[in-house]
Amino acid sequence: MAGKPVLHHFNARGRMECIRWLLAAAGVEFEEKFIQSPEDLEKLKKDGNLMFDQVPMVEIDGMKLVQTRAILNYIATKYDLYGKDMKERALIDMYSEGILDLTEMIGQLLICPPDQKEAKTALAKDRTKNRYLPAFEKVLKGHGQDYLVGNRLTRVDVHLLELLLYVEEFDASLLTPFPLLKAFKSRISSLPNVKKFLHPGSQRKPPLDAKQIEEARKIFKF
Amino acid sequence: MAGKPVLHHFNARGRMECIRWLLAAAGVEFEEKFIQSPEDLEKLKKDGNLMFDQVPMVEIDGMKLAQTRAILNYIATKYDLYGKDMKERALIDMYSEGILDLTEMIGQLVLCPPDQREAKTALAKDRTKNRYLPAFEKVLKSHGQDYLVGNRLTRVDIHLLEVLLYVEEFDASLLTPFPLLKAFKSRISSLPNVKKFLQPGSQRKPPMDAKQIQEARKAFKIQ
Repeated sequence: MAGKPVLHHFNARGRMECIRWLLAAAGVEFEEKFIQSPEDLEKLKKDGNLMFDQVPMVEIDGMKLVQTRAILNYIATKYDLYGKDMKERALIDMYSEGILDLTEMIGQLLICPPDQKEAKTALAKDRTKNRYLPAFEKVLKGHGQDYLVGNRLTRVDVHLLELLLYVEEFDASLLTPFPLLKAFKSRISSLPNVKKFLHPGSQRKPPLDAKQIEEARKIFKF
Repeated sequence: MAGKPVLHHFNARGRMECIRWLLAAAGVEFEEKFIQSPEDLEKLKKDGNLMFDQVPMVEIDGMKLAQTRAILNYIATKYDLYGKDMKERALIDMYSEGILDLTEMIGQLVLCPPDQREAKTALAKDRTKNRYLPAFEKVLKSHGQDYLVGNRLTRVDIHLLEVLLYVEEFDASLLTPFPLLKAFKSRISSLPNVKKFLQPGSQRKPPMDAKQIQEARKAFKIQ
């Protein structure tokens, strides 16, 4: 299809949020079709629209793409947010993978069984503070540029901003020791397309609380 | 460095095995530096060689690359195993991600606490039989070609062969209903570089049993 990408997912962040962020940052308008009942999901499966019976799925350029990374890679390539050569791309991938790992670690806390919550929260805070944020602070310090790779906007800048906002929601004090990351957050937040996505009324999704997730799990039998 | 890639990991499959497979299939010789003690790992960290304090790490073309997917993507791009255009690449990525998910699901069973083993094994068998293998059988059926994408060898063919061998180790009967996948397995196994990697004495790693993994985790204090 030559029109807007169509995003199929629940009306929640999940594994689609980073895709929403990337499309928004690229200035690409997209349409969303929310899965609101088990029948909606079942129909997508029965119609053969989900290669591995999983969402997110994005209809784009005649393809029905599943798997978050495959979708992100395609969008980043198409909209020239993936570096200028093979080596820049390798750095972008390495940084992006680290960001996705931490995003997953923080995101999983919401669905964590209560008896594990305390230990996993402590681990997530430790990893954020002692592994991931220092690594990116060091990248910014290492080259003193505005963007993480190649001195221009790439997907990894968008992913890192998204993550820093989740860290802030999680525990804002974790950002305190990282002045370059805080400046980065302000800088990327000010880019026109990003600023628009950060405004109320955009297609950005709020966090769900544990009760909402429990309800969704009941409905969809996760 | 202009020489061979250098792979830093434990002497085990782990998250480096798919990288070994891809390099081997591309006909690229590589060197391995095994982490054999906590001090080895600590030194890699202290020297700033591991961006996120994790292996696998591959030294290649002047970079110290961490993160399995970043390493695979780079190797596939460099050795022209990543499709001819953006759309082929998207299919390759989609299929590869599914394969990595299944590989992880099967690989995790050996680390699984005993009280969860039965349920997780049943889930892994169900997913293998009812989700992943049917999906790839269908791809092969729909285009009738020898390779998954673009009618030539790409990384995803290597990843799929690797996972089919793990499925076979896990429960060989799972492959029985999938004739095209079995033919695919034979076909890709016969490619010269792959055949060589499948021979004894290659840099391919055997499975570890639970006891060996427990010992390794103790030695390295992996949680």
